Amino acid sequence: MVAPKKGKSASAQSKPGRSLALILIAIVALTGGMFASGHTTPRLGIDLAGGTSITLRAVPEAGQESAINKTNMDTAVDIMNRRVNGLGVSEAEVQTQGDRNIIVNIPKGTNSKEARQQVGTTAKLYFRPVVATELSGANATGSPSPSETGGASDKATDKATDKATEKATDGDKATDGDKASGTPSDSASASATSQGRAASDALKADPSPSAKSSGGASPSPSASASGDDAAAKVQQQYAALDCTDKGARAKAGEGAKPTDSTVACGQNAQGQWQKYILGPAAVDGTDVNKAEAVFNTQTAAGWTVTMKFTDKGSKKFADITGKLAQNQSPQNQFAIVLDNEVVSDPYVSQALTGGSAEISGNFDQEEAQGLANVLSYGALPLTFKEDSVTTVTAALGGEQLKAGLIAGAIGLALVVLYLLFYYRGLSFIAVCSLLVSAGLTYVLMSLLGPTIGFALNLPAVCGAIVAIGITADSFIVYFERVRDEIREGRTLRPAVERAWPRARRTILVSDFVSFLAAAVLFIVTVGKVQGFAFTLGLTTLLDVVVVFLFTKPLLTLMARRTFFASGHKWSGLDPKALGAKPPLRRTRRPSRPAGPVDPKEA
Amino acid sequence: MSKLGTLGARLHHGEVGYDFVKNRKIWYGISILITITAIVGLAVRGLHMGIEFQGGAVFTTPKNMSASVSQTETWAEDASGHDAIVQKLGDGSLRIQIAGTDTQQSDQIKEDLSKNLDVPAEKINADLVGPSWGDQIANKAWQGLGIFMVLVVIYLAIAFEWRMALAAFVALIHDITITVGIYALVGFEVTPGTVIGLLTILGYSLYDTVVVFDSLKEQTRDITKQTRWTYAEIANRSINSTLVRSINTTVVALLPVAGLLFIGGGVLGAGMLNDISLSLFVGLAAGAYSSIFIATPLVADLKEAEPQMKALKKRVLAKRAQAAAKGETTDSAADEGAYDADEPDDAAPAVVGPRDQPASRGRGRGRPSGKRR
Repeated sequence: MVAPKKGKSASAQSKPGRSLALILIAIVALTGGMFASGHTTPRLGIDLAGGTSITLRAVPEAGQESAINKTNMDTAVDIMNRRVNGLGVSEAEVQTQGDRNIIVNIPKGTNSKEARQQVGTTAKLYFRPVVATELSGANATGSPSPSETGGASDKATDKATDKATEKATDGDKATDGDKASGTPSDSASASATSQGRAASDALKADPSPSAKSSGGASPSPSASASGDDAAAKVQQQYAALDCTDKGARAKAGEGAKPTDSTVACGQNAQGQWQKYILGPAAVDGTDVNKAEAVFNTQTAAGWTVTMKFTDKGSKKFADITGKLAQNQSPQNQFAIVLDNEVVSDPYVSQALTGGSAEISGNFDQEEAQGLANVLSYGALPLTFKEDSVTTVTAALGGEQLKAGLIAGAIGLALVVLYLLFYYRGLSFIAVCSLLVSAGLTYVLMSLLGPTIGFALNLPAVCGAIVAIGITADSFIVYFERVRDEIREGRTLRPAVERAWPRARRTILVSDFVSFLAAAVLFIVTVGKVQGFAFTLGLTTLLDVVVVFLFTKPLLTLMARRTFFASGHKWSGLDPKALGAKPPLRRTRRPSRPAGPVDPKEA
Repeated sequence: MSKLGTLGARLHHGEVGYDFVKNRKIWYGISILITITAIVGLAVRGLHMGIEFQGGAVFTTPKNMSASVSQTETWAEDASGHDAIVQKLGDGSLRIQIAGTDTQQSDQIKEDLSKNLDVPAEKINADLVGPSWGDQIANKAWQGLGIFMVLVVIYLAIAFEWRMALAAFVALIHDITITVGIYALVGFEVTPGTVIGLLTILGYSLYDTVVVFDSLKEQTRDITKQTRWTYAEIANRSINSTLVRSINTTVVALLPVAGLLFIGGGVLGAGMLNDISLSLFVGLAAGAYSSIFIATPLVADLKEAEPQMKALKKRVLAKRAQAAAKGETTDSAADEGAYDADEPDDAAPAVVGPRDQPASRGRGRGRPSGKRR
């Protein structure tokens, strides 16, 4: 099965130098790569570096078991990533695990409590009318903010107010000037195309009278009911808001109720931060039934996002779009707000009553899909439950790492001592091979950190330590074979070559089983078991590489040295000590049948 | 040279050897006994599942705490309203286990504890586990176990044959049962670390078995063409010739695990390292035992039931009877064909079974030692 034909060994044996050179080059190249990439140590997992690790389990809504699928989970991961990293957390990591778990790893030094709250709550997706918007940050902060506080306070949230409109458009103009510097002429249209995205009715419905009538009754009642204070507060917040600051961004609109006006930040198509005053939520994320990215071939609009609303949502959406369509820019826009961040702000040109809508703009595929994901999240029939939360202080993490390393060192030392005691000179080769194997494992682990996100955790360290045994066993299999050949009365060099094909087969078969175990565990299991399985699998593979390219050639080379070839007392290959028979007398029956006379397994 | 080396040589030459296969009934008996004990222990005592499997919280304080265990216990129970178990670890830190709380509640408990113990909350390590997380880990582990077993049986059936696959499978079950049984009887706590260890045993146990089978397969390749040894005898020979390797492997595998156990148990007091290495330690021992005493004899049993092998056994026995009648002198001449060759030419001892089968075999024993050259 795994065993190659015997004859092949001849070619390998003749050029031991070549294999040695090959593995040496590989080691040098990998080590060079490691230093070049700047990741000279393996990335440490939470339990060794300290931090918080949260495992979330997706719970589908009743009767919707199928909601747990890859697309939905990926969307959820996207959203959580956005949230956790919005906290100003450095390198927080969100990934799916298994089919229904999401792991959030938050490194030490961040407020794990806040992060947990963020992760634990369900996402809030709202469609809010835009009241005012402008570029935020150093280049745009000065202009409108100081003037508006007084006058606008009374009715700032009511979009009918002239002042607000004016100011907003002013702000918008400034925006356009900033980003579309080449075409300052037509500010209104520029704002529409570059920043707002046109939401057109997919069904091409006419602006209906109902939309008009409802347009009069704006969503403002709640705002006016909450009083001037609230509006003034929003204005103040808006004025103070600097969206280029990560911390401020995270705090913007914190704790705002859906029925209140609020401020929020968002990134426009140019990647600039923009701040918004937003009216009360008009449509809930849960009102979205389905959203997907579509490549529109008919209108040459390129990538667009289509949304379908639920019955309730359709009505709400028709209402809001009807009202918005009558307004000037930017108040004809609605903002799609996810967790208080504006992810898109399409403008509306007509009431959309069909229960579905299409958002177009200069999307590329990725953008369109991202937006569709965000929109579907509101409709994601999943909630997430905390399954486990592990907080490890940096002190304990360091201690565990130290303990793991000491355990590994002790294990390695014991194995080396045993090999030394049992195999004497031969153990030189085994120890060299173990070191090569250990070095390769280390380098690969360092390299796999940035490439596939591998993080060394405690179980992974255990896996590596346990693997010392597996690696050493390959040498034992081979050495025992060689010694058996010597016991047959062969001299060392033929013994080394004769032993190899059979030892090779045994090594391959047993390593395969070991690898199979690791692979199955890695694919099927969750959590800590996975890290363990990964290292076990990796080291098993390395074991094969090292035995083939290093141990065997090295032994071939060493067999040429008198120390080993003459069977020195300390070489571990002393025929007398091994109880070898006197030299062969093969003259009598030279034609021995090949099959049954094979020497035994090691 | 070390004694094992000499033993290896003697085993290799068949000068010594233990008839594992012949005494298999004893080993089967012992194994069945152990297995029954394990199952009874499991049924009566059950497994002591850790917090990770029942849901709850484990808090670990920094080193050198002054608070007493009983005082902390009271605090923890007051804060949680559940029973708390407090242990003082080797380095003076406290390990507080509270079962049955949910993750939200645990935050409050942590705050209370930090106040009472006068330790900042950030300095307390917390492991909060929801009740279903453990189930999920366990379920996944069982699933992995199942898939692995199916795959490995298929692989062994292809690489070797179904009888060997079956025997390896039985040996595997045997190892797992024993390990789980010991956990139940001794009352070790079962944690995800234990599960990891248990799953690793799978690989190891089979690893050992596979090496013996590989040797067995090679030695029995042309078994029907000779009439000197029965399958069981060759199987026994395989075990004996791989014995040194098995011992070495087990020792080499146990050494790092012992290092882990020492560090995990002695220095850290408790935790993942300890749990993994403990179950590995138990499992490795069971694995080494089963590949020698259970798997191979079982293959021999299964093989001997085959009509071909039955016929072979009959022929072999007939030949021996004949040889015994003729006397020892004609002994080697009586062997036929290829097997004739390796008598004088001991360089090829390959298929030659255990040369000194127990005296009852009546052959080989009495040979003049000169023959051996």
